[in-house]
Amino acid sequence: MKERLVVIGNGMAGMKVVEELLAQAPDMYDITVFGDEPYGNYNRILLSPVLAGEKTIDDIMLNDIAWYNENNITLHSGCKVDYIDRLAKTVSTNDGAKTPYDRLLLATGSKPFILPVPGHELKGVIGFRDIYDVENMLETSKAFKKAVVIGGGLLGLEAANGLALNGMDVTVVHLMDTLMERQLDFTAGAMLRKSLEEKGLNFITEGSTEAILGEDRVTGIKLKDGQEIEADIVVMAIGIKPNIELAQKVGIYCERGVVVDDTMLTYDPNIYAVGECAQHRGIAYGLVAPLFDQARVCANHLVHKAYLAYRGSVTSTKLKVTGVDLFSAGNFSGGEGREEIVLKDANSGVYKKLVLNDNKIEGAVLYGDTGDGAWYFQLMRDGTDVSDIRNTLLFGQAHLGDAGHGGSNVMALPNDAEICGCNGVCKGDIVDAISAKKLFTLDDVRAHTKASSSCGSCTGLVEQLLANVLGGDYSAAPAEKPMCGCTHYPHDVVRTAIVDQNLKTIPAVMKYLDWENADGCASCRPALNYYLICAWPGEYEDDSQSRFINERVHGNIQRDGTYSIIPRMWGGVTTAKELRAIADVTDKFNIREVTVTGGQRIALFGIEKKDLPAIWADLGKAGFVSGHAYGKALRTVKTCVGSTWCRFGTQDSTGLGIKIEELTWASWTPHKFKFAVSGCPRNCAEATIKDFGVVCVDSGYELHIGGNGGVKVRVTDLLCKVDTEEEVMEFSGAFMQLYREEAWYLERTAPWVERVGLSSIKARIVDDAENRLALFERFQHGQKFAQIDPWKERAEGESHKQEFTPLMETA
Amino acid sequence: MNNWIEIGSVTDIPVLGARIVRRGSANIAVFRTSDDTIYALENKCAHKQGPLSEGIVHGCRVTCPLHNWVFDMQTGEALGADEGKVPTYPVEVRDGQIFLSLESAGNTSEPMAANG
Ligand SMILES: Cc1cc2nc3c(=O)[nH]c(=O)nc-3n(C[C@H](O)[C@H](O)[C@H](O)COP(=O)(O)OP(=O)(O)OC[C@H]3O[C@@H](n4cnc5c(N)ncnc54)[C@H](O)[C@@H]3O)c2cc1C
Ligand code: SF4
Ligand code: SF4
Ligand code: FES
Repeated sequence: MKERLVVIGNGMAGMKVVEELLAQAPDMYDITVFGDEPYGNYNRILLSPVLAGEKTIDDIMLNDIAWYNENNITLHSGCKVDYIDRLAKTVSTNDGAKTPYDRLLLATGSKPFILPVPGHELKGVIGFRDIYDVENMLETSKAFKKAVVIGGGLLGLEAANGLALNGMDVTVVHLMDTLMERQLDFTAGAMLRKSLEEKGLNFITEGSTEAILGEDRVTGIKLKDGQEIEADIVVMAIGIKPNIELAQKVGIYCERGVVVDDTMLTYDPNIYAVGECAQHRGIAYGLVAPLFDQARVCANHLVHKAYLAYRGSVTSTKLKVTGVDLFSAGNFSGGEGREEIVLKDANSGVYKKLVLNDNKIEGAVLYGDTGDGAWYFQLMRDGTDVSDIRNTLLFGQAHLGDAGHGGSNVMALPNDAEICGCNGVCKGDIVDAISAKKLFTLDDVRAHTKASSSCGSCTGLVEQLLANVLGGDYSAAPAEKPMCGCTHYPHDVVRTAIVDQNLKTIPAVMKYLDWENADGCASCRPALNYYLICAWPGEYEDDSQSRFINERVHGNIQRDGTYSIIPRMWGGVTTAKELRAIADVTDKFNIREVTVTGGQRIALFGIEKKDLPAIWADLGKAGFVSGHAYGKALRTVKTCVGSTWCRFGTQDSTGLGIKIEELTWASWTPHKFKFAVSGCPRNCAEATIKDFGVVCVDSGYELHIGGNGGVKVRVTDLLCKVDTEEEVMEFSGAFMQLYREEAWYLERTAPWVERVGLSSIKARIVDDAENRLALFERFQHGQKFAQIDPWKERAEGESHKQEFTPLMETA
Repeated sequence: MNNWIEIGSVTDIPVLGARIVRRGSANIAVFRTSDDTIYALENKCAHKQGPLSEGIVHGCRVTCPLHNWVFDMQTGEALGADEGKVPTYPVEVRDGQIFLSLESAGNTSEPMAANG
């Protein structure tokens, strides 16, 4: 018999766990769900837009009743569980019916906090929590005129805005002198108040409610200072409290919420808890993003996989009042050891505050201009050390030498502005698709519009569009981005699992991490193949069917289906013999075009696939090996002529470049990797836009990292200065290895450096000599297995013949 | 059933890979999935004629190597946001040998398991 899972609470958290279970082990449990509300599961966040008339109840349904039937889930909606017999393992409802369970999940959410003042039980005094409350407000607004909202926080302001849009005369009564005082300081609070007053709302700050007036139905409220305000409806939005009534009644250990451990288990080994009712490491969250993380962990344990742990979430919110931009994230109230940087421009209505702790962003509040919210949030979640960019941080991402994340304020662009240059997708198309098709994540947008699905350089812009169009809803997206549509797991989790769990083949990884599509897709398979190569040098056998065509065939496919190849010319130096060999194959195989590349190599274009092995054989005789111009691999080491010829040269830059190329060639990397060595600061080899650049000076060598000359130019950061060539080699190898082990597949060094922060790289390579050496040794170990010329293998061996010959030729 | 030709054995094609059958200037791409199903499609992407035989095969889909359009190999239809269709050819596997029909291109092929 299947195990029985009973879920109490048919809300966002409970159903997220159920969805995860269905995806991972659809047949494992008999699932029964109890929900107090008479509906399926809906997106509670969007009650605010429903109240404001921007959405309907139908729009916000996440799982309708049919969904439960389709998935064989027994749903008791409109049915409240009022007892759990933990010994007999049953739950009972108010009609006395008992349902047995093997595992129980508490997902009872929270309740609005109602001030216990006289009159709080009168008709017309409500919270703002569910569909019932919203319908109540909408009804009232038809018959009555006056509304009071108690509480000037996010929820209260959204309620007030909605009521006003329904024609009511709304007064917000707030206890403190500043609206949203937890997020905003006095000035910013005043800015917010002013723009809401312009929308017709009235405010009473420092107003403390003493009583609610009325006989049967509410007629007004009375403040401590004696002031009375007329009201036909009073909405209490002063906070929420975890709904732990049931848990407490049956003796499950609770503090503020139901206390759970890192696996979301309560003190009862058969009972889990997720969502707003749960308290993890002292925190009961009041937002959706943590639910996604909690649900993932909980499901992982319910299916007995048990390798995920929940370690808390960083959260962000947006005020969902159309026309007022307010974003906040993390801990924004400062405190011991925290520093605040603030930008205030009252005239243009902009306020930005970042709270830093130990050089990392810990909190952010943006008002007026929220375009960089997603970026700050990213820096915060990644724990990026911002000391190097601190002085321009508040001006936003556009002020960095940014690496393809797009400029700020995409909402200011016209609708026909092209966002994705590769696929020709305009802003208007993306915005329409997001609203019309209810898109939620970057992957959704990619699937529906193609935007950001090719080179990825517009990803940042698309994310900003999502954030802006969805408003607060976007914060509901999972905190960490999954690798691709085949999995829930982000790159880092996958990489850690590969190493920790000794996963040594692509199928093993997919099996262990519950890949959703059996063979993955064209985006995750190459990534997994790379991660395995990097983790298990010499052990993992490269899977050529998980390589992009260029890496499988060791040439570059061109638009007409022919190939180009680039033989390696060490450090850009060549000889008469090599040039002669190139001339000879050009004639012999009718090669259509020969060009000189930007990386100081010679490229041969227009080659038929079947001719490749023979051409490689001829080139090999002259001593050429593959130039890897087709790979996510070391490409070239560009050099200048340096002290051998140039009158300005300080060192032998050419010789050093050759040595570096001999050390690093054939290494596979997350994305392409380019070196350059310049003989003096005139920098003729353009070393400061390379992944790793060496600039020779009289007294040694300056090492620069993270440059990029591609779609978005980024100038390198200075890593350090060293004295000898040996050190240059050691630092180069160590840097490459750190990049290989840490960057996500298809992440260039530039965005990687920005993500983890220059300081963190310096700490591990410059300051920690032992770690540097260990990295360098791992790099050299990997190179033992990597430095085999793929062209030679294919020119000689029979093993690759299938790749280059047709299955059959017919008339 | 006219015009069936034997083009080779299932094992001549790498798992999750493809080989081509040349037919004058036109090519037919013959794919093998992870469960040894064989599909045959014209080797020309509906977008800009990319060689589908060089794409990555996953499930019964192939991703074009040039700009990542994804096609259902059974129907030849583009998936997701893209629209287009690549002609398919009927294939049959008997005793591990693949037979391809050069007629009725465009019709949906009925794939069969290699050992079926
Ligand atoms: C108006 C509004 C706006 C919001 N805006 C945002 C926002 O912009 N961003 C954000 O991140 N979050 C926002 N939130 C918060 C977010 O909606 C919650 O964090 C989330 O819904 C919590 O999910 P949950 O499953 O824990 O609880 P809920 O969604 O509340 O689900 C709990 C369910 O359990 C049921 N239940 C309780 N006890 C029992 C019982 N004994 N028997 C049977 N059923 C029971 C309840 O009826 C309820 O349906 C907003 C909330 C509201 C109300
Ligand atoms: S970088 Fe300096 S050494 Fe090298 S070629 Fe230019 S001027 Fe000469
Ligand atoms: S810039 Fe690069 S990608 Fe663009 S057309 Fe030229 S070679 Fe191709
Ligand atoms: S040619 Fe196939 S996707 Fe462009």
